[in-house]
Amino acid sequence: MTTQAKPEGATASGGSSSFLSVRDLSVRFSTEDGVVRAVDNLSFELEAGTTLGIVGESGSGKSVTNLAILGLHNPVNTEITGSIKLQGQELVGATNRELEKLRGHTMSMIFQDPLTALSPFHTIGKQIGETFQKHTGASKSEARDRAIEMLTKVGIPQPKTRVDNYPHQFSGGMRQRAMIAMSLVCNPALVIADEPTTALDVTVQAQILDLLKDLQQEMGTAIILITHDLGVVARTAQNVMVMYAGRAVERGTVREVLKKPQHPYTWGLLSSMPSLSGPVDVPLTPVRGTPPSLINLPTGCPFNPRCDHMEQVVGGKCTSERPPLSPQGGHATACHLSSGQKQDIFIDQIQPRLG
Amino acid sequence: MLRFLVRRSLGAIVILLIISMVTFALFFAIPADPARLSCGKVCTPENLALIRHSMNLDKPVPEQYWDWLTSIFVGRDYSAGHCSAPCFGYSFDKKEMITHTLLDRFPTTLSLTIGSAIIFVIFGVGTGMLAALKQGKAVDKIASSASLLASSMQIYVAGPLALWAFCYSTDWLSLPTYVNFTEDPLGWAGGLLVPWIVLSLIWTANYTRMTRSSMVEQLSEDYVRTARAKGMSGRAVFLRYAWRGAMGTIVTVFGIDLGVLLGGAVITETTFNLHGLGGLAIDSYKQSDLSMLVGVTMVASFLIVLFNIIVDAVYAMIDPRIRLA
Repeated sequence: MTTQAKPEGATASGGSSSFLSVRDLSVRFSTEDGVVRAVDNLSFELEAGTTLGIVGESGSGKSVTNLAILGLHNPVNTEITGSIKLQGQELVGATNRELEKLRGHTMSMIFQDPLTALSPFHTIGKQIGETFQKHTGASKSEARDRAIEMLTKVGIPQPKTRVDNYPHQFSGGMRQRAMIAMSLVCNPALVIADEPTTALDVTVQAQILDLLKDLQQEMGTAIILITHDLGVVARTAQNVMVMYAGRAVERGTVREVLKKPQHPYTWGLLSSMPSLSGPVDVPLTPVRGTPPSLINLPTGCPFNPRCDHMEQVVGGKCTSERPPLSPQGGHATACHLSSGQKQDIFIDQIQPRLG
Repeated sequence: MLRFLVRRSLGAIVILLIISMVTFALFFAIPADPARLSCGKVCTPENLALIRHSMNLDKPVPEQYWDWLTSIFVGRDYSAGHCSAPCFGYSFDKKEMITHTLLDRFPTTLSLTIGSAIIFVIFGVGTGMLAALKQGKAVDKIASSASLLASSMQIYVAGPLALWAFCYSTDWLSLPTYVNFTEDPLGWAGGLLVPWIVLSLIWTANYTRMTRSSMVEQLSEDYVRTARAKGMSGRAVFLRYAWRGAMGTIVTVFGIDLGVLLGGAVITETTFNLHGLGGLAIDSYKQSDLSMLVGVTMVASFLIVLFNIIVDAVYAMIDPRIRLA
């Protein structure tokens, strides 16, 4: 094998040299009911050492996108097209052997529920050390020392005895810390955190997010943070991508997207979130309707059945034509409303509600 | 662990006592009168009373039970001779001490069970794992259909077919007989080969299906996905993670099956004309030899209870979440 475990720099032919570049990614599952278009023509970039928040409802394709990056979909019923380049190396269509070398080493994942995501049959130390052994060829005792080091780093008390505990002997917050230790044991360049705080209570959530941030600063890791919690994004990410029905509907910096959102769906998400500084007597307004079926998407803009601003678009384009994400760079949305209209609606109708 | 074993053993004794009482009471509820049966066609009332007395049937039931229970530990004297502990009574039908008959029959059942268990565990678990590994592929489909076919086969169908194929029409294998292992190990294996094949064919199918389904279930667990996400090879994920999870189910079922099989494989023994505990139970039932029936039941119950304790102990070793106390 000549594949380098950690290719230096990006020498992709396309000229774009970002750390992680996803181009026209589509993920389709064949099921008994038909083909599920879980991710449809998704493109985004991630710079080294930064955090990208991916936000959206359940079933919007957040997790599917990230499992595709790690190549964890079952190839039997999944069709993945497009391109995912990590440090210039193409991951779509890479062999299992190539992916095995990258997983846990160059890219790793923190899962949502650490109780089910950690093996109940192996000690915490074994599970952390095993990754280190596999990728560095370290001995058992070196791996154990490394596991203790990592547990210390993520703030587990008495790591020397805790290393021999099983996951069920840890509390929820400690399990998630152990999970983070496991994903960072080889200093990966990319960490994907799939709703890392959803299963935890609020005080522990904040600790875990701070921990991730500190470790990012220390190690220079790039993070993709999947969440449905905009508060979590505001706290940790630099850039945000809002996903709806397998597509990106809005993208920009955290400031842009959270302070001046431009897409009706993002407005909906923000309006449905309580704010401490907002007016107390204004009721929260959820996004009406339910997410569309990914087997049978509405024609045109997939958000049109739930959108309150359709009549302002001339020519009924919302039900006939799918809006592209534009402009190419910077703060972009996929919506037929003109930027002037979006500006006006946001200032007149949305902002007062958010407070 | 020691505390667990002591506690479970005490519990087992209580369970066995309850089973013995139920079994004992049951056989007084059966309409057959053992004294009348052994009295013969021309039976005078005096004769019947005499037999009843010698069989201890003239005492109240609780006292009979107490005599039976104590004789297990201290032995007992019958008109036919002394029955040393552990004494399960005397069979008036077989004119033999029950313990003696049980000891005579048990090696056949034990040999039948051990031989087929080795075959069906190796082949069943192996095929099941292969099917899980090649999920949805040809190997899986063949293994799944074949095991469905085999597990819906009955011993009294597969048995005669195997006898015809291996013994009557071809002479490849010898007819089923039981030869003592210590006397002639080769003859022992040869004599039991056909029953082993037939018994393990059906059980292999069950273990294939069970192994496959629990492996498939484990492979879709989150922690298996985590193992893949951290770069473990397919082999390590399969053996170190998924198999570890599936093992618990398989060991549990195997332990209980073993207990049941050791209590006597009735149909197999009858089909192959082997004289093990299963055949003994059927004979005793037919002859209304109720004291023998109690003896067989107690041995079978003891084995099942014993293997349950073993299963729990092994399970705790496999799954650290189970705490023995």
